[in-house]
Amino acid sequence: MEASAKTLTERVSRLLLAVFATLVFIFLIAPILAILPLSFNDSTFLVYPMHGFTLHWYGDVFASEKWRLAVQNSFLIGIPAAAIATALGTLAAIGLSLADFRGKAIVTALLLSPLVVPIIIVAVGLYFFFAPLGLTQTYAGLIMAHAALGAPFVVVTVSSALASFDRNLARAAASLGAPPVTVFRRVMLPLVRPGVISGALFAFAVSFDEVVTILLLAAPQQRTIPREMFDGMRDSLNPSITAVAAMLVTLAILLLLVVEWLRVRNERLRKAKVD
Amino acid sequence: MPDGSRLNAISPLADEPRDAGRHADAGAVRFEGVEKTYDGETLVVHDLDLDIAAGEFLTLLGPSGSGKTTTLMMLAGFEVPTRGTISVGGRDITRVPPHKRGIGMVFQNYALFPHMSVAENLAFPLGVRGIGKPERKSRVTNALEMVRMEDFGARMPGQLSGGQQQRVALARALIFEPTLVLMDEPLGALDKQLREHMQYEIKDLHRRLGVTVIYVTHDQTEALTMSDRVAVFNHGRVQQVAPPRDIYERPQTAFVAQFIGENNRITAKIEKLAGAQAIAVTRSGQRILCEPAAEAKAGEDVLVSIRPEALSVASPGTGGENALPATVSNVIYHGDHIRLTVAAGSGEEFVVKAPTRQAEHATIGTNVEIVWNARDARALPI
Repeated sequence: MEASAKTLTERVSRLLLAVFATLVFIFLIAPILAILPLSFNDSTFLVYPMHGFTLHWYGDVFASEKWRLAVQNSFLIGIPAAAIATALGTLAAIGLSLADFRGKAIVTALLLSPLVVPIIIVAVGLYFFFAPLGLTQTYAGLIMAHAALGAPFVVVTVSSALASFDRNLARAAASLGAPPVTVFRRVMLPLVRPGVISGALFAFAVSFDEVVTILLLAAPQQRTIPREMFDGMRDSLNPSITAVAAMLVTLAILLLLVVEWLRVRNERLRKAKVD
Repeated sequence: MPDGSRLNAISPLADEPRDAGRHADAGAVRFEGVEKTYDGETLVVHDLDLDIAAGEFLTLLGPSGSGKTTTLMMLAGFEVPTRGTISVGGRDITRVPPHKRGIGMVFQNYALFPHMSVAENLAFPLGVRGIGKPERKSRVTNALEMVRMEDFGARMPGQLSGGQQQRVALARALIFEPTLVLMDEPLGALDKQLREHMQYEIKDLHRRLGVTVIYVTHDQTEALTMSDRVAVFNHGRVQQVAPPRDIYERPQTAFVAQFIGENNRITAKIEKLAGAQAIAVTRSGQRILCEPAAEAKAGEDVLVSIRPEALSVASPGTGGENALPATVSNVIYHGDHIRLTVAAGSGEEFVVKAPTRQAEHATIGTNVEIVWNARDARALPI
């Protein structure tokens, strides 16, 4: 077997690598996992050790009008924001990939800037921009703000999907008589769809997690889940927050699984399987 | 075996009247003064004038960067000429978008839609033309039969071998019955044996369907074996357009002689013209009776090109139109032929490709005489 052929040094270094990788993994994931058991803890204090099991805090969340409104707001803002971000981000990515023009690098940098500019600066900027237009404290304003924050993620995922898109396919479709819109709809979009969908999921997650612009721009009745959690932690540290957190983590994991599943499925579709 | 009438029997394009598609000159192509530059300075294609007859198989041959692919892309509509006009079947298509040209195209990497089955790929051009489902189905069946892929309709392109994919790509480019089909190095990605087989199939389809084929390649053998005519490109200019035999045997420029096949090249100066022939003097003072390519003037410098197989090895003193005493300096056995390197007394080296039986006596160090006919020595302008 292969293992027996390995030298001692090789085996030791492999072991060290495995240990190191595990430590990194724990470092990344432990803070998130730490919160989950507490949501089932039968105690009003957010401390270990656990005091028996309860679903009380979940019950609290579902019964609370405050949380119900927050969930509703999160989706009311997140879904349209993700939709707008996806449409705009996809078009931008296609434009950037197909066209070759002066200043393309600058346009790309500007499009991606919300990823690197501190969110508080974006939020303050949005506030000053929206205030005279009467867009603060409106759903429209919040949706637009979140769409702007989510669009760069769509640009990135669609661009990477387009990087492996063979432009000859578009040419072939045109030579076969397909007008540009048909080429986009029947050839380009189906092939970059996994990128579009994962971009949309990312954009939704961005909006779903975002608290800073909500703090600055939202009216009291427009509080989203993270905004409500933020409040909850400042005022009354109540374990129902951990229940909300647990549900958010679960949702995030589900989204990631979907993205990964799409990626794998797409790769399998493309891979040439010669019989 | 499928026959030619089958595809022609399929009903015509939805967006074109029946007659237009089958007009005698429908597949004729004309380039008039076409130029292309990307940066406004260097011309990728120079003042191109080219007439291609309907039903012709024309190959654009040249090294990479010679302008052959750009020429094809302008005809397909993916590039717009900087100057000049391109017409197909008498219709000016210079600025017509690709999807309205009705020209079939086969790409080097096949360009099959990976998310559609073979049958869906074939139905695509029919679907965009608004052809109904029952007819689409029967035409897809016919097209699959035409390329002998009857059992592969349900497969995905990724499940096919390179040769199979290229057959599907061919069928897809032909299924909407274009009168003109462009092929951009379609066999470049296939191995040698498969490539030769596909050359035969493409030729066969061309003969049966009577479409005009414009074929781009950098493979000279492919160009010679498949084409009715070959257009040799270099530095954006057409060097020569002629049937394969003329291209090989009667090259018009030094580039054509050099690019296609092997040749022995001798720089010389034309001393005297005598009818269709001329006498050229090499640097070493040797006189060569040769045939100038174009109007040559006495005193002009030329490159005399002689194919290795046009030279033969004889015993010293044999004589002929051209005869040079030489010594064999190397012999390589190739089975059906022998390649000899001989050093002429005048200092030039020649490569001779001789049938094995004729050159058996030639061993290294043998004194021989190399002889050739005047018409095999082409004097080409430098």
